[in-house]
Amino acid sequence: MATTDQEVNELIKKGYEHGFVTEIEADTFEPGLNEDVIARLSQIKGEPEWMLEWRLKAYRRWLEMDEPDWAHVGYPKIDYNAISYYSAPKRKEDMPQSLDEVDPELLKTYEKLGIPLHEREKLAGVAVDAVFDSVSVATTFKEPLAKAGVVFCSISEAIRDYPELVQKYLGSVVPQGDNFFAALNSAVFSDGTFVYVPKGVRCPMELSTYFRINAANTGQFERTLIIAEDSSYVSYLEGCTAPMRDENQLHAAVVELVALDDAQIKYSTVQNWYPGDENGKGGIYNFVTKRGACIGRNSKISWTQVETGSAVTWKYPSCVLRGENSVGEFYSVALTNNFQQADTGTKMVHLGKNTRSTIISKGISAGKSSNAYRGLVKFGPGAEGARNFTQCDSLLIGDRCAAHTFPYIESKNKSAIVEHEATTSKVSDEQMFLCRQRGIDPEQAVSMIVNGFCKEVFKELPMEFAVEAGKLLEVSLEGSVG
Amino acid sequence: MLSIKNLHASVEGKEILKGINLEVKAGEVHAIMGPNGSGKSTLSQVLAGNEAYEVTGGEITLNGKNLLEQETEERAREGIFLAFQYPVEIPGVSNLQFLRTAVNAMRTHRGEPEINAAEFMKLAKEVSKQVDLDPAFLKRGVNEGFSGGEKKRNEIMQALLLQPKLAILDETDSGLDIDALKVVSDGVNALRSEDRAILMVTHYQRLLNHIVPDHVHVLAGGRIIKSGGRELALELEERGYGWLGIRDEDTANETGQ
Repeated sequence: MATTDQEVNELIKKGYEHGFVTEIEADTFEPGLNEDVIARLSQIKGEPEWMLEWRLKAYRRWLEMDEPDWAHVGYPKIDYNAISYYSAPKRKEDMPQSLDEVDPELLKTYEKLGIPLHEREKLAGVAVDAVFDSVSVATTFKEPLAKAGVVFCSISEAIRDYPELVQKYLGSVVPQGDNFFAALNSAVFSDGTFVYVPKGVRCPMELSTYFRINAANTGQFERTLIIAEDSSYVSYLEGCTAPMRDENQLHAAVVELVALDDAQIKYSTVQNWYPGDENGKGGIYNFVTKRGACIGRNSKISWTQVETGSAVTWKYPSCVLRGENSVGEFYSVALTNNFQQADTGTKMVHLGKNTRSTIISKGISAGKSSNAYRGLVKFGPGAEGARNFTQCDSLLIGDRCAAHTFPYIESKNKSAIVEHEATTSKVSDEQMFLCRQRGIDPEQAVSMIVNGFCKEVFKELPMEFAVEAGKLLEVSLEGSVG
Repeated sequence: MLSIKNLHASVEGKEILKGINLEVKAGEVHAIMGPNGSGKSTLSQVLAGNEAYEVTGGEITLNGKNLLEQETEERAREGIFLAFQYPVEIPGVSNLQFLRTAVNAMRTHRGEPEINAAEFMKLAKEVSKQVDLDPAFLKRGVNEGFSGGEKKRNEIMQALLLQPKLAILDETDSGLDIDALKVVSDGVNALRSEDRAILMVTHYQRLLNHIVPDHVHVLAGGRIIKSGGRELALELEERGYGWLGIRDEDTANETGQ
């Protein structure tokens, strides 16, 4: 035992690769939150009156709410008045009209993150919306998407250009008062992504957004809304990074997905926010509400997430299965290391007939971290013939980490079928010895074993991101053996 | 090639090997026989560098290099291969990926370019046929759901792929029916070559009917108490371990593997 644990502990000590700070001029609000701040924010964004009203309503709601404390995580109390609610890179002229007009410093940041927008444009065929602190910086591939009728733009633009759609769907899946962080987000969200796929359209390319928190003491509150009309399909991927800072930073996003009849939305996340240093100092608080509504018959929403970053994660991408025969899926890999804490999982709410859901969760704990799966599978009275399959596997690396599983099942329909499987295992000395006896480096061995453990989830990711996710795990585990 | 001098080793504070001396030359096949608890498996594990075992004295050299200074993976890259008695499963990692990673680790060590996936697939398919394993096995998780016999054949396949200098076979015959024994033995015989040594650890002599050793050693109480040629194994079979004054059955407290 001693050997592997020691090796593993050394492998865990690996630096964060995205911890640089970009020196750019930024317009940043003074810290603090009140109705004036929200009004200023709304004004800067050139929002219509209804939007401001919506925000203020959310804010008043939020003031009456208490921060949730039921999650299996611990962190010092957040002073919401010590956070700045808006930071935007200053532009020399007006808004950039194309990538050529974007601040080269910013573009360099994305290069460092491995997302060269120009190259992505030309080679990968991936349309990227990049959100830097609070504003959307550049959206590539707008034109070819527009030809297909797909709208892919920042949520700020959507509020201006597609007010009916936004008014109809914003807050329809995650209501303003859903929870403390969702209410906060509804009041102060500064940017995010909007996707609209019209009837019968299969989105011609993967859409993706990269989020980056750069400025100090800034919160990031992005809002994403994806609407898939009848018989449409869209695959969307988001990636996240942040600089290394000693203070904790808050990220409270809301993502809403709406799938109408026969529509399919595939939503993948590779989350690598700064997790804090090896002593648990700094890092992002990632308090996110993600929910999809399968409103239409035969609709389908799949969440796939690879979570390796953040100091504290509180996140439950969920599906409300309202339409008959609709399908919800949740595939998750959550890796925690050092002092990271994650409380993550999903909710599958079966309301319609013959709705089906699948949950595959893989938790990996290393260092002194704590990793919890929390899941709710709920069947309403109308969920005739509904079915859920849940598989929760935990892998422990070393002997100072923890894994917890909190599955909740509620059924109001006798015909519903639930299956639940859970396992906990450890990277064993025998496995390590076998790999090393075949000449394989201990680090490579751990990475291979962990990747094998996550295989069922990785195969759900779009190809190029599956490779990225595998590498990310390797990086996050490096230093835990040596 | 392999030289062991006065080797002492213990596990969890208990001394298992109490002064082993052994010289193995390239091209030779040595059989280490002995009852349960005699230290056979411990010797295999110590040679391969399992850190659960502590070497408390003596020395081991491979082609003049001090093995005891090398990590497990370094020894493997220098050409030590251990066919496990009970190979462990690695779920989700395909045999193919595992083997290619291993082969490339060896290649990199020798300063050779890595083998690409397509080339390796071809090579692995050929070798899997040699041990009568369906190439479909390559896509399955390492030892995942393999029967005992399949695991043993998989071990020999790995030896054939990795082409070690010294192959240590730990109870490779245990749990095999007569047909599987034949297949495994053919694989081992295919490994025999002028520049390779084989160390077979076995309780029974039946394996030695298929793989004829040049030297036979009897291990008991952590020491080699008798060495001889092929005829020693036959005599042991005839007369039992009792002939050498060793109790067999009730010493079954072999530690580790």
